[in-house]
Amino acid sequence: MAKTPAILAEGLYKAYGKTHALDGLDLVAEEGTVLGVLGPNGAGKTTAVRILTTLARPDRGRAEVAGLDVVKHARTVRERIGLSGQYAAVDELLTGYENLKMFGQLYRLPGAVAKRRAHDLLERFDLVEAAGRVVKTYSGGMRRRLDLAASLIISPPILFLDEPTTGLDPRGRFAMWEVIRDLAAQGTTVLLTTQYLEEADYLATLIVVIDQGRVIAQGTADELKTQIGGERLELTVALSSDLNVALQVVRPYSSGEIQIDRERRHLAVPVTNGAKLLAAIVRDLDGAQIALSDLALRRPTLDDVFFSLTGRAVSEAEPPEEARLQRSKR
Amino acid sequence: MKSPALLTTEDVTPRSHFALYWTFAHAWVLAKRRLTQIPRRPDELLLATLQPTMLVLLFRYVFGGAILVPGTSYANYLMAGVFVLASLLSSLATGIGLATDLQQGLIDRFRSLPMAHSAVLTGRTLADLVRDVFVVLVIWAVGLLVGFRPAGNPLAWLAATGFLLLTTFAFSWLAILLGLVLSSPEAVQGASLVIFYPLLFGSNAFVPTSTMPDWLRAFADHQPISVVMSAVRGLLLNQPDAAAIGQALAWCVGLLVIFIPLAALVYRRRTAR
Repeated sequence: MAKTPAILAEGLYKAYGKTHALDGLDLVAEEGTVLGVLGPNGAGKTTAVRILTTLARPDRGRAEVAGLDVVKHARTVRERIGLSGQYAAVDELLTGYENLKMFGQLYRLPGAVAKRRAHDLLERFDLVEAAGRVVKTYSGGMRRRLDLAASLIISPPILFLDEPTTGLDPRGRFAMWEVIRDLAAQGTTVLLTTQYLEEADYLATLIVVIDQGRVIAQGTADELKTQIGGERLELTVALSSDLNVALQVVRPYSSGEIQIDRERRHLAVPVTNGAKLLAAIVRDLDGAQIALSDLALRRPTLDDVFFSLTGRAVSEAEPPEEARLQRSKR
Repeated sequence: MKSPALLTTEDVTPRSHFALYWTFAHAWVLAKRRLTQIPRRPDELLLATLQPTMLVLLFRYVFGGAILVPGTSYANYLMAGVFVLASLLSSLATGIGLATDLQQGLIDRFRSLPMAHSAVLTGRTLADLVRDVFVVLVIWAVGLLVGFRPAGNPLAWLAATGFLLLTTFAFSWLAILLGLVLSSPEAVQGASLVIFYPLLFGSNAFVPTSTMPDWLRAFADHQPISVVMSAVRGLLLNQPDAAAIGQALAWCVGLLVIFIPLAALVYRRRTAR
């Protein structure tokens, strides 16, 4: 018999007024894997996380976490999960240490254990020096770390991270990635929502792309990339007369159809292993005495995935600002 | 981010106990949280005491000269009204605090924890009572400074103070309900204008109701705030009014009986959306 998946959602449907936040969402995450849920703002990522973490009820469909129905066994589910949201939910007027101790006690740990765990986590997340300061004085990255620490108090087997790196600088983002990888390596099942393909690529075992409350594609990062095309070398020549020569030079390196934009003197060349080819291509172009005004190696972004799957740009998929604010209030 | 493991080998599974144990334990945890916050928000405390103080000064020195009350000085008459006003403001702050937690997503985290959820409401209302004691003491001091001279038995004054705290507690559950329904601190503040101001000024707080038109007087004589004020005033001035005390107690208990379950219900419903 197959093992019970750590996270399972079947046909989840949820509407807020006239907005269909979820429209038949299915998700599966096997134990010990990282499931990346990729989608633009308003795709239903947060609503899905809210239902799976017992914060909201689905209108239709069902969901299980650790083999337990999230509506019927909400209380037991809460003993198995950690949640770290998009907006760092810690008490601003308490210190970092006071926050973790309080959350430990609310997780029903004895006081001594809650204190010890608070100290350990502060140390692990590099917050020892800030432990005695009120959170109001923390930077965005520090708050995010504290928030994640709070979700790890009971070493939960299943962890939900709703856009854990949104708003972090590159260093903070990378540090967060390391922690998530570390957790996954220790066997934690992680559901991670993100707007960055790169992030899902780096962290997730399996990626689902969602749009308008439904899954529109899923697979490993490699499978998705093959489906939508991988890296692209984009170059712009300085003189339009050079465009045809440039095309001849890059053609052998291309792994697919080259897109040509004569008006902008621009070529988009699909490549594999572009970083290694880059030097050779530059050398060849130089040898052919072609002056470039721009050259870049682009990895596919959420925009590319989205565009190739839906034919729409991410910005078209996002609800108007006002609707989003309404949603975030919930 | 190095060394100790993210996940611990120590036993950190949530402990089991009777539900009632956690009801109290977690109410205490969250009350302690609130008590830690209070001294870190001196502005909030200052506002809670400054507003009634300004009203004391305004009515005592600006309007007071033009208001005649039977049987006592205006300073003596006024103080019961100011005490009750301060109590209402205090209870409002409880609702505003809850709305702030909701807005900041803290309530969501609480709800994702295997805790006694009633504690979110009881911890806050109970801890806020401690702040209210402080506010009431400050207003006692201000009153004495502007010529307030209570009469009779100090035990009766203590009873009056207890009455004020009970009133604050009762109204704080209404404020909690407002906080849950409106879920933004500004909206709670706004709604309070509509609910609390008619109760405050359509009362015997600052002027005897005998000067009001009949329809207003009928309201002003029987609404909870007036009744509480009459009870408190009687206790402070050695003219205990048994009927007012009985009615005031009934109002407070009635408010608690209605609003505690209602707030609990709305908390569960609102957060289950």
